[in-house]
Amino acid sequence: MLDDFMIRATLAGIGVALAAAPLGCFVVWRRMAYFGDATAHAAILGVALSLTFEVSIFAGALAVALMMALAVTLLSRRGHAMDTLLGALSHSALAFGLVAVSFLSGVRIDLMAYLFGDILAVSRGDLAVIWGGAALVVALIGWRWSALLTATLNEELAYASRINPKREQLILTLALAITVAVAIKVVGVLLIAAMLIIPAAAARNLARTPESMALIAAAIGAASAVVGLRSAFVFDTPAGPTIVCVAATVFALFSLLGSRGQRAR
Amino acid sequence: MTLITVQGLGVTYGANAVLRNVGLTVEPGEIVTIVGPNGSGKTSLLKAIIGATRPTAGRVTLKPGLRIGYVPQKLHIDPTLPITVERFLRLTDRVSRADCASALEAAGVPDLLKRQMSMLSGGQFQRVLLARALIKAPDVLLLDEATQGLDQSGSAAFYRQIETVRQETGCAILMISHELHVVMSASDRVICLNGHVCCEGTPAVVASAPEYRALFGTGTGGALALYRHEHDHNHDHDHDHDHSHSHEAAE
Repeated sequence: MLDDFMIRATLAGIGVALAAAPLGCFVVWRRMAYFGDATAHAAILGVALSLTFEVSIFAGALAVALMMALAVTLLSRRGHAMDTLLGALSHSALAFGLVAVSFLSGVRIDLMAYLFGDILAVSRGDLAVIWGGAALVVALIGWRWSALLTATLNEELAYASRINPKREQLILTLALAITVAVAIKVVGVLLIAAMLIIPAAAARNLARTPESMALIAAAIGAASAVVGLRSAFVFDTPAGPTIVCVAATVFALFSLLGSRGQRAR
Repeated sequence: MTLITVQGLGVTYGANAVLRNVGLTVEPGEIVTIVGPNGSGKTSLLKAIIGATRPTAGRVTLKPGLRIGYVPQKLHIDPTLPITVERFLRLTDRVSRADCASALEAAGVPDLLKRQMSMLSGGQFQRVLLARALIKAPDVLLLDEATQGLDQSGSAAFYRQIETVRQETGCAILMISHELHVVMSASDRVICLNGHVCCEGTPAVVASAPEYRALFGTGTGGALALYRHEHDHNHDHDHDHDHSHSHEAAE
């Protein structure tokens, strides 16, 4: 069954969607959308470094994404304005990454594949990495769910409940780095943030509890992967962007439905 | 046994000493109110007690196994986060639906269980926060300016609820407020804070203490007079004249 590239691609897309859904909810709730961007852009630098030192691309991207996420967290605690900080780090990481790639004269590297993903080229090994990473992220978020939720609502409330919000933030950061590293192959660096945010934002219109929002986001993400891949096949469009387009359409539809529902109430 | 003991507490942010040599105790069942001007370190003191701020000097000792119910100053729930009152009450503790309902009852807002937090009024929201703090039968309730954003009659009603809670559950209460005239009537003990403990005692003692008057003014006879003044008008009525003028002047 895994011999068919379309089936491998679909499974890869679903894997990323499942990990991105609960994480994406926290990214939306905590207003850290650009945090996802910054981490993802840094991953390009990770790709360049791992090609230079001939280590696995997953490991390189993970390490640099993690360092980026930690740097942002530490600098923001020192009182830098978050949006300026993210704007500076995110785009400079991308620029440094692109420059670093150009030094790799010996290796031919298809940069487009990392910027926009190449889901149709997913191998069995990639699939194992994606599903392994996704399972790890879902397990991590599931394990810390209430603590993360409490820390997201109010830091003092968390402290009073014997929860350390800084530790929870670190767990979220770690999960984000893993997701970015895993998703590079599927949707690419430029569209990872979309897969995090759009399904969660679409789910907001239907959900009444945090848990239902995460589940609906997972369903929307997985459905977008399946429909997007099929559409890409039929219309001969790039696969990663098509998946994001489908998710964006769902978001637009649900937003219209949601606002109409609000008026009826 | 004493629930909370604070000894020689100092908190410093950078070069800025917010609290120095602060000592206080909270005994079972008593209502202690901390009053003080803006920037006097009231919130830092509460944060040090719950462990959100690390003291730079002294120490905070909690009775072993002390259950704290904490009502934050204000809690902003991002509109992107859907959450029902019931789910919010169950945030950190496994509690039954019956416990949720009775906590809401105790906080004076039954029937909100299925509502979205984002649809609540300011007064309802504060009471849901109170219900969440009450749900695990705390030994002590900590309230950080819990009535910010409520109007005068709303906050007076909130503090009456606090007194009822104390009567019914016997839990101790440590609260911060700037609404002296409303709070003082309900307190057993008042601690006047301005970086250090200026004075401390029953509401009447503190209101007549020179340190307190130096901080809050004497023009209108201090907070006790304000409280009495407020008491004269302590019936629920709608009117458009402002009888908080003397309170404003005193601040």
